[in-house]
Amino acid sequence: MKEGSETKLGEDYKVRGGSAHIDGGEKMEGGAFDGARAAELTAELRRSFDSGRTRSYEWRAAQLKGIARMIEEKEADIMAALHDDLAKPQMESFLHEISLAKASCTFALKELKRWMKPEKVPASITTFPSSAVILPEPLGIALIISAWNYPFLLSIDPVIGAIAAGNAVALKPSEVSPATSSLFAKVLPTYVDNSCIKVVEGSISETTVLLEQKWDKIFYTGSKNVGRIVMVAAAKHLTPVTLELGGKSPVIVDSNVNIKVTAKRIAVGKWGSNNGQACIAPDYILTTKAFAKTLVDALKITLDKFYGKDPLESADLSRVVNDKHFSRLTNLLNDQNVSGTIIYGGQWDEKRLKIAPTLLLDVPHDTMMMDEEIFGPLLPIITFEKIEQCFDFIQSKEKPLAAYLFTKDKKLEEKFVQTVSAGGILINDTGLHFANPHLPFGGVGESGIGAYHGKFSFDTFSHKKAVLSRSFAGEASARYPPYTQQKQKILRGLINGSFIALLLALIGWPRD
Amino acid sequence: MEGELKEVREAYESGKTRSLSWRLSQLKALLRLLYDKEDDIFKALEQDLGKHRAEAYRDEVGLLIKSVNYAIGNLRKWMTPNKVSVPLVAFPSRADIVPEPLGVVLIFSSWNFPIGLSLEPLIGAISAGNGIIIKPSELAPESAEFLARSVSKYLDDKLVKVITGGPDAGQKLLDHKWDKIFFTGSPRVGRIVMAAAAKHLTPVSLELGGKCPAIMDSLTNARDRKIAVRRIIGGKWVACSGQACIGVDYILVEEKFAPILIDMLKATIKKFYPEFDTLSKIINKHHFQRLASLIKDPSVADTIVHGGSMDSDKLFIEPTILLDPPLDAEIMTEEIFGPLLPVITVKKIEDSIDFIRTRPKPLAIYAFTQDEKLKNRLVSETSSGSLTFNDTMLQFAIDTLPFGGVGASGFGQYHGKFSFDMFSHKKSVMRRSFLLEYSFRYPPWDGWKLPFMRSVFHFDYVSLLLRLLGLKR
Repeated sequence: MKEGSETKLGEDYKVRGGSAHIDGGEKMEGGAFDGARAAELTAELRRSFDSGRTRSYEWRAAQLKGIARMIEEKEADIMAALHDDLAKPQMESFLHEISLAKASCTFALKELKRWMKPEKVPASITTFPSSAVILPEPLGIALIISAWNYPFLLSIDPVIGAIAAGNAVALKPSEVSPATSSLFAKVLPTYVDNSCIKVVEGSISETTVLLEQKWDKIFYTGSKNVGRIVMVAAAKHLTPVTLELGGKSPVIVDSNVNIKVTAKRIAVGKWGSNNGQACIAPDYILTTKAFAKTLVDALKITLDKFYGKDPLESADLSRVVNDKHFSRLTNLLNDQNVSGTIIYGGQWDEKRLKIAPTLLLDVPHDTMMMDEEIFGPLLPIITFEKIEQCFDFIQSKEKPLAAYLFTKDKKLEEKFVQTVSAGGILINDTGLHFANPHLPFGGVGESGIGAYHGKFSFDTFSHKKAVLSRSFAGEASARYPPYTQQKQKILRGLINGSFIALLLALIGWPRD
Repeated sequence: MEGELKEVREAYESGKTRSLSWRLSQLKALLRLLYDKEDDIFKALEQDLGKHRAEAYRDEVGLLIKSVNYAIGNLRKWMTPNKVSVPLVAFPSRADIVPEPLGVVLIFSSWNFPIGLSLEPLIGAISAGNGIIIKPSELAPESAEFLARSVSKYLDDKLVKVITGGPDAGQKLLDHKWDKIFFTGSPRVGRIVMAAAAKHLTPVSLELGGKCPAIMDSLTNARDRKIAVRRIIGGKWVACSGQACIGVDYILVEEKFAPILIDMLKATIKKFYPEFDTLSKIINKHHFQRLASLIKDPSVADTIVHGGSMDSDKLFIEPTILLDPPLDAEIMTEEIFGPLLPVITVKKIEDSIDFIRTRPKPLAIYAFTQDEKLKNRLVSETSSGSLTFNDTMLQFAIDTLPFGGVGASGFGQYHGKFSFDMFSHKKSVMRRSFLLEYSFRYPPWDGWKLPFMRSVFHFDYVSLLLRLLGLKR
């Protein structure tokens, strides 16, 4: 454990090293980031935003290009930070964070002009003659609070959206991934306009004072509990929020599948995604009693192939992020009703915060493991007699961020899509929908509010302003009192589109 | 109440609301209600607000009929999943965005357009396939009673319910878990609703208000000036005696034109209101007192240039115009929501922009001008729910325009398809086949896999091909 690095949540600590940049790049070393500093920060962001500099296409494109350059030039540093924070394998850092962040930047740059264009919409006959457009405009100043598990991507991706939409931004990376947080604080300001894009490092107290300020938008990725706190804070200022939370993402495995491919795709979605510490990683599996053995055998073979006989030594597995989560996960395994259900793995190394990929069969439904989001390398397999019962089980739980089904049966697939509510659904694979910028990524119910990625990022940080232009021709005096019978007749026709009534109204203009 | 909520939840879980046919049947039933019960609606609005039937039709019933027809005509399209592209790297796969209902939703409506503001969101909630509870404002009791009586008679009474009551009832409802809360009302209560929703991570839409300014630029044509004044009045007193969230709150005009404007306003008010029998009354004593106190202070009362008379028994306040009341008086810091119209003078009309920008974002901005430069500046330098040139209120009636606020005026938009979207979850669905496996996806991540992935992501197909053929490592 690094000296001085904070890894326990819930403890106050002073801001470390790099911190809020105020007045054009001045670093304030040490000292607490308190309410006064937070107010200064928002005041500065607001001044910068009000100056109008973030509105132009040129400014936004320049920032996005800066970020793209940063990702390109600092790739090694980013990978090193991710390795520091999570022992994340290079391949995962590249696949899940760097390439996705780059793709997000590229996509935004490609589409930005189109996104910024006002959209002309047909007006109605009631308001003829008139023209109407929907014009996207930035909300103003946005606060982005990100998570520790994909600390690079989950910070930079919403920032890309906020900038594309023309906002000024404060980014508060997670303190649980301190190397990446520190990287942002040091490096991001050198690639973008500091007066409008700021990084604030810190923990609970810093986040609290940030949340006390008035923002025009708050974007939060993380846990439900903190999500509630964020929304309550936002309510005071009537600030709209996007909450990217999590949940228990289930996988139903039917017997009609290609079992080898299924096992690989589940395994890479679970342990190949930060060792299960991912909001859309498969949390648990549901299958029929008859098929369970086939599935378990295939998973075991796959895991042996992926990580070898001694997975704690494999360089291809992330470690658990910190002591707190390590204890949480080992406690789940130590539960007397759970420990007996382990059928593969179960080893751990407390010193290196490593837990091996672990399979469990038929964990009792009322255990903590089956109640809370696991967020780790433990994969319970729950079996039922019939596949329909698997569906019922999912319905009995809170709506997850993702739900997966492996089957070749089109009817089963359709039933799943129609009846299972989740942020997103993926058939015959795991995790991939995250990478599609044309799909909105976000939760429903307790898995979150709002969505982003691609144009959805732009939209989530924008206000769609309705702009209506009328001319002085076409005056319908039927609108005004005194309300004669005649007028009321015209009004009825006008509002509900009767052509004759419209004609009568038209005869009424241009004179009074 | 518990029993009612349970019934809606169970009925929703049964899946009944998912079909196009159920949703269409409800919308058609709503249409029948609006046609059959028109007189009852007029009566309720007359009792609650002294609203004239022409206004009740123009602002509530007529608009609702339009909205229901629009929904009926478009619902199938809205419900159809939207196919989207898939990046090459995920080939072969298929992706759609599938709209689904959020579940059981709670609609709070306001007292000023008590029928319209209850049923317009209802149209969206039904279209999207939800179970619904409406809690109308107790300040418009006849309308609330009407809704409670009629909605269950025409619509599916297990899935669409009206619960009446005061703040206690509202609070009790907020203690429950909803899949969506839609609120129209004041910022103060909006905060309470959002904080309560936060406990259950319930998404909310808040339709609040604000001080909607009307900018009156100099218009060269006398006829245009006349029409502009009529439209301003149409956006003030003709709209529920100024008790409208998008009603004109105050006017900004160049000081040299103020006298002309005021004269024209006076003349037109006289024409529209020879008697004041078509003017809606103030909703209740509390708001009457509130409005009366806005003009009590001598520094404000001295600026009255027209009107000012009141009758607390009849809850009547005459259309009142003030010229340059003090900007720090409550009448200029709080949303007026009544028949008092401050006229604020500026040296140059462009100064209006700063005036508006330094104040909270309103639900609507109106500007009467033919100056293209001013129009462009307003579009890019101000922010509001909507911006309308040369008229007032009409943006509300256009189904293709999103209706909602920004900043202090709220968040979330509805009307037309936006209503359907507001009450839906857009679920991403991606489908893959078992064909075509890329082994480089999987651990162990040997040395060759990372460069391989780089090629894929750089769309460097030549490199990719070479690697696939084993000619490049």
